[in-house]
Amino acid sequence: MADQKVISRQTGVEDSQYKWGFELDIESDVAPKGLNEDIVRFISAKKKEPEWLLEWRLKAFRHWTDQGDEAAPKWAQVNFEEIDFQDIIYYAAPKSGDDAPKSLDEVDPELLEAFDKLGIPLEEQKKLSGVAVDAVLDSVSVATTYQDMLKEAGVIFCPISEAVQKYPELVQKYLGSVVPYSDNFYATLNSAVFSDGSFCYVPPGVRCPIELMTYFRINVADSGQFERTLIIADEGSYVSYLEGCTAPMRKSHQLHAAVVELVALKDAEIKYSTLQNWYPGDKNGEGGVFNFVTKRGAARGENSKISWTQVETGSAITWKYPSVILQGDNSVGEFYSVALVNNYQQADTGTKMIHVGKNTKSTIIAKGISAGKAENTYRGQVSILPGADNARNFTQCDSLLIGDECGAHTVPYIEVRNPTAQMGHEATTSKVNDDQLFYLQQRGIDLEESNYMIINGFCRGIFKELPFEFAMEASQLLRVSLEGTVG
Amino acid sequence: MQDTITIADQYQEDFQDLCATLPEWSSEFRNEAMLIFKQIGLPVHRKGNEKWKYTSARPIAEPQYSLATFEEVDLDTIKKAAPWHDSWLNVVFVNGQYQGTFSSDTSPAIQVSNIASDDFPQDIVESIGGIMDYSDDGFAAWNSAFMSDGSIISVPDGENSGLVINLIFFNQGVPGTVNHPRVLVTSGKKSSVNVIENYVGGGEDNTLTNSVSEIYVGEGSTVNHYRLMSETDHTYDVGYGRVKIGTGGRFNSRAFFRGSGIGRYDLNVLVDGENASCDLQGLYFTSGNQHMDNFINIDHLKPHCQSNLFYKGILDGKSRAVFGGTVLVRKEAQKTDSIQSDKNLILSPDAEVDSKPALFIYADDVKCAHGATAGNIDADTVFYMRSRGVDLETASRLIIYGFAGEVIDKVEIEELRAYLEEAFLTSLPSHRFEF
Repeated sequence: MADQKVISRQTGVEDSQYKWGFELDIESDVAPKGLNEDIVRFISAKKKEPEWLLEWRLKAFRHWTDQGDEAAPKWAQVNFEEIDFQDIIYYAAPKSGDDAPKSLDEVDPELLEAFDKLGIPLEEQKKLSGVAVDAVLDSVSVATTYQDMLKEAGVIFCPISEAVQKYPELVQKYLGSVVPYSDNFYATLNSAVFSDGSFCYVPPGVRCPIELMTYFRINVADSGQFERTLIIADEGSYVSYLEGCTAPMRKSHQLHAAVVELVALKDAEIKYSTLQNWYPGDKNGEGGVFNFVTKRGAARGENSKISWTQVETGSAITWKYPSVILQGDNSVGEFYSVALVNNYQQADTGTKMIHVGKNTKSTIIAKGISAGKAENTYRGQVSILPGADNARNFTQCDSLLIGDECGAHTVPYIEVRNPTAQMGHEATTSKVNDDQLFYLQQRGIDLEESNYMIINGFCRGIFKELPFEFAMEASQLLRVSLEGTVG
Repeated sequence: MQDTITIADQYQEDFQDLCATLPEWSSEFRNEAMLIFKQIGLPVHRKGNEKWKYTSARPIAEPQYSLATFEEVDLDTIKKAAPWHDSWLNVVFVNGQYQGTFSSDTSPAIQVSNIASDDFPQDIVESIGGIMDYSDDGFAAWNSAFMSDGSIISVPDGENSGLVINLIFFNQGVPGTVNHPRVLVTSGKKSSVNVIENYVGGGEDNTLTNSVSEIYVGEGSTVNHYRLMSETDHTYDVGYGRVKIGTGGRFNSRAFFRGSGIGRYDLNVLVDGENASCDLQGLYFTSGNQHMDNFINIDHLKPHCQSNLFYKGILDGKSRAVFGGTVLVRKEAQKTDSIQSDKNLILSPDAEVDSKPALFIYADDVKCAHGATAGNIDADTVFYMRSRGVDLETASRLIIYGFAGEVIDKVEIEELRAYLEEAFLTSLPSHRFEF
């Protein structure tokens, strides 16, 4: 087996620095700063997109310009300086991306090394892990592994720009069908300038043989990342999808405004896991990624199921509400989340469960941990519409506070319009239990380790929803993010 | 962001007429309130306005109202509309105007007086408007500009006679009128008092009752506050309550909603002294096209305090109930123990409940929890009863009765509890569902 060069995800306890903060030295093809119609046309031309997609982008762009900057949502419990949307690079691609590599052998070796450095195994030796990876650097997808195996199963997994060329009818049918271009300020911006992202289609009756993974990385300074992911699980199919992300350490903020759309047809199931580890800024709150993401799944068919699992430890600001629209009868929506904020991080995250079909069920388990001077808000909506007979919802939000300078907030919105609905919401907020800490310390475990053990236990229910490797990583990430919070 | 409607010129004229008749001490306060009212108007837009997210104030704000004036009414009508007991200190206002002939003589121990009177000690004058912030609330500013008669209750230190003060605000329902009741309660050290606020009456045409109450709970004192909203379906009823609790003080609130077309109760409690506590409970039963919005906030400023927020709703017909509860624990308020809960029983397929029980916590050594539920009568419970030979109608009635009873049972004034049992429990629907 070849040497794995660096698997930096195994971060040691002694090192609390953000390990993913290096900058890759890769030549890039960059669009000028600013946003106007030409940039939209430039991106579309770069991608050799068909006319209808350009039109769609332009519609979104015009909508975005018409509504003005005031339309940016202000209701979230986060504070930040206004973003100058003309001071962002909307398109940056590694140079070698121009003539797209046909296989891994043709990929720029420096790129491969870079991804190895990130702990993203593009090379064959990671076959054992059985994960097909689509790596997106800045705005462009650089490599997708395991195409053969996927092809055999009939699963399409490729960059969305490639899907636009190869499977235009699928893309045209589903793009914007869950998150329309006019959905919200950041989704509209994304629709106008989205660069790349992953596309996945699982045909009827197919259980995707391996986990699919997309790895996102912002590299170029002052650039934004606007990726768009579209996953369609056709009747009776199943797919598990993972996403991970990092960015270099920079003094200035970087904007990440992605859109993820999931469509589950009859009897289909989509499991979507996120390990969000964008650069959170330094100890004094300088720099860091603004993570303003719209994620939504439509459980369209009967008995369909969509499950979101997220571990959010990065980003200076997180503004993200992975939602499920439960349209099909008997459809199921799940949301499991751990959001950890430290130093000056701010997170306003949660979910929306919209019950439309009969006998629909949703479960929300959210765990929030705040430390340092950070603010953590759970904001969720559960709507039970008149036609949703016998809908069920269970929501539980627990928050832990570490230190007396942070905040933990819970803002649930519950809307019930059907008397046969049963919905329950409960939430608690407290600090780490002193008795438990005492017990562990009395057994010779030091304070920091005790804290970690308790908090890890607090999050365990969520971690077990993650695929095994991811769960290990999440646990490590938790340890690193918690360092220095006690004592 | 608060969109406004243009304030009618008529209001300005009414305001000037009113100012001419009222005592001098209040004019500065009124003028300021009027200015703000003209600036901000009424909150008719819901988008981006969290305080009015689920309730449209447009139907309330759009008509032009004239100030209600007193018309002949007999005492029996009033007694029928509101709880009444001769042992209580009953104070009656008709269309916003104080009716001395219907009211009991004021007790020597507790001073109850009328806002419209001339001679007030300076500290009371300063207390009016002291804990409210009408800068972002058009309704409260409107009331402050136009308050005329209202009651000022001041309880001396150590007063513990268990007196019940029953304030009845009777609305005669003269079409197109508005009245602005105003209440101020201050309780002295280690005293206790019971205050009932009744908003009753109404007619066949649109009227608006726009009330403001301010309550200061003094050091170590207890204020038991009851509020009953029971007006006709053509009435709009907007209530604004502000409470400040001092060290070791205790504020118990029981709010009951039985009627009005659109009802709103905005209560904000500042827990502003160590070891203070508040217990806010409410019961709303909505039917027909009624709409009730409870907007209840607790603000913990000091350590070692407790709060309990417990609201229950029963929804029938095409009615809609909104619950917006917020518990805010500030950084200094360590060792806070707070529970919040909103439970709803939905009896009709056309009813809707919107609940938003939020927590904002900035202190780490606290115990806070909240919960919300919504659902129908539990089929298993009904089955259990039916298997014991209780018929369906009686079984579902018993369940609804038990659900509502949980709040009514906590009413400590016996006569009032009897009244509420009668008013609520007998009018509850029996059953609506096939199990």
